[in-house]
Amino acid sequence: MDFLRPLTWDEALALKAGRPDATPIQGGTDVMVEINLDKGRPAALLDLNPVTELTAWSQEGPVLRIGAGVTYARLIDELGSLLPGLAQASRTVGSPQIRNRGTVAGNLGAASPAGDSHPPLLATGAIVEAESVRGTRMIPITEFYAGVKRHTLEPDELIRAVRVPVATGPQYFSKIGTRNAMVIAVCSFAIALHPEERRVGTGIGSAAPTPRRAPVAEDFLASELDWEGHRPLDPETALRFGEMVAAAASPIDDVRGRADYRVHSLAVMARRTLGWAWNEYTGRRQA
Amino acid sequence: MRVNVSVNGEPMAADDVWEGESLLYVLRERLGLPGAKNACEQGECGSCTVYLDGTPVCACLVAAGQVEGRDVVTVEGLAPAGELDEVQRAFVEAGAVQCGFCTPGLIVQAHSLIESSPGVPDDAEIREALAGNLCRCTGYEKILDAVRLAAARKNGPAS
Repeated sequence: MDFLRPLTWDEALALKAGRPDATPIQGGTDVMVEINLDKGRPAALLDLNPVTELTAWSQEGPVLRIGAGVTYARLIDELGSLLPGLAQASRTVGSPQIRNRGTVAGNLGAASPAGDSHPPLLATGAIVEAESVRGTRMIPITEFYAGVKRHTLEPDELIRAVRVPVATGPQYFSKIGTRNAMVIAVCSFAIALHPEERRVGTGIGSAAPTPRRAPVAEDFLASELDWEGHRPLDPETALRFGEMVAAAASPIDDVRGRADYRVHSLAVMARRTLGWAWNEYTGRRQA
Repeated sequence: MRVNVSVNGEPMAADDVWEGESLLYVLRERLGLPGAKNACEQGECGSCTVYLDGTPVCACLVAAGQVEGRDVVTVEGLAPAGELDEVQRAFVEAGAVQCGFCTPGLIVQAHSLIESSPGVPDDAEIREALAGNLCRCTGYEKILDAVRLAAARKNGPAS
């Protein structure tokens, strides 16, 4: 195994171009588990810790550009109010020690269907900024996931940043697990209301080969919600929304949970997060 | 490869380090610092918690090469040789140690919580801070007592 240690982003891209088999490592919270438990041995590690360009975030108009080295702990502290859905999901990642090292970009690189950041990234329409010596590519989040632990990055590409629209409405995340910490999701769900566009965003985690949206449920809900008049949520609408979210999933039985339990709990989480989001939306507007 | 790292304030070098090796392995097996414990090797148990550039991390999840030129503090480095840090003393006095395996990681993590808290953290804050440190003996009550005791001594009573 080789250990590659670029000191700048340009150097990192050049190294990755020369060694497309190198595995990038940032916080190590996924990569090192694979190595420690001998589940896989990369040909080379490409350490991105010294690349300080990656540790910054910036606001570019309505979008936050989050460098690939921004940890969950910093995202929670510094961006919690601008990206409430992603921050809620980040708070459920591992433990403080894990959040001190782990990153959203690393979650994307691992591309586990159970990764906590995927549902809010899907619900908000994030974009993955991928770069190689050949140039930069903006990958819509819905086109990023390719299968279980597979993504659509080219072998010479690295994730430079994740671009997430600043929240313009309520966002909520919910996750099922055996306790409130240190849990890989049995399944998870994120909702984002985009009131100015009269649009609803969703994201389903750990209930299909890849994280995915529930487009039918989104369109149904967007047309049912009383965006102007702020009528209270019709319980029947909430129930149907939950059923449509559950119908969008295609889970399997595995060590963390059964498929039918995942379908059931997704419907419940979708209904509950919608209730929280609608209460916030109507409460805020009435105040 | 060779890894140069400052450990507990002292510049150290480890030789013949395998590229896929963890910081934890370097500390325990190459630098003779067995304080940080090796258990789950997947960031679940917290017993290998050390400071990396002042931030508590699981040493088992840091690749050895990633600490080149950086600053690591282990449980051995919290107090001068032969002395105990306030958190260590509180763990002894409160009876927060049974088998002791999880203790070094808990002490580093609790140390970090107390250093970053203005006063005595409340129970919710303590539980959240220690959520990634597993103890299978104590039932945690005595550990919470120890953290409150150390925080009160270091930071004064809760306001």
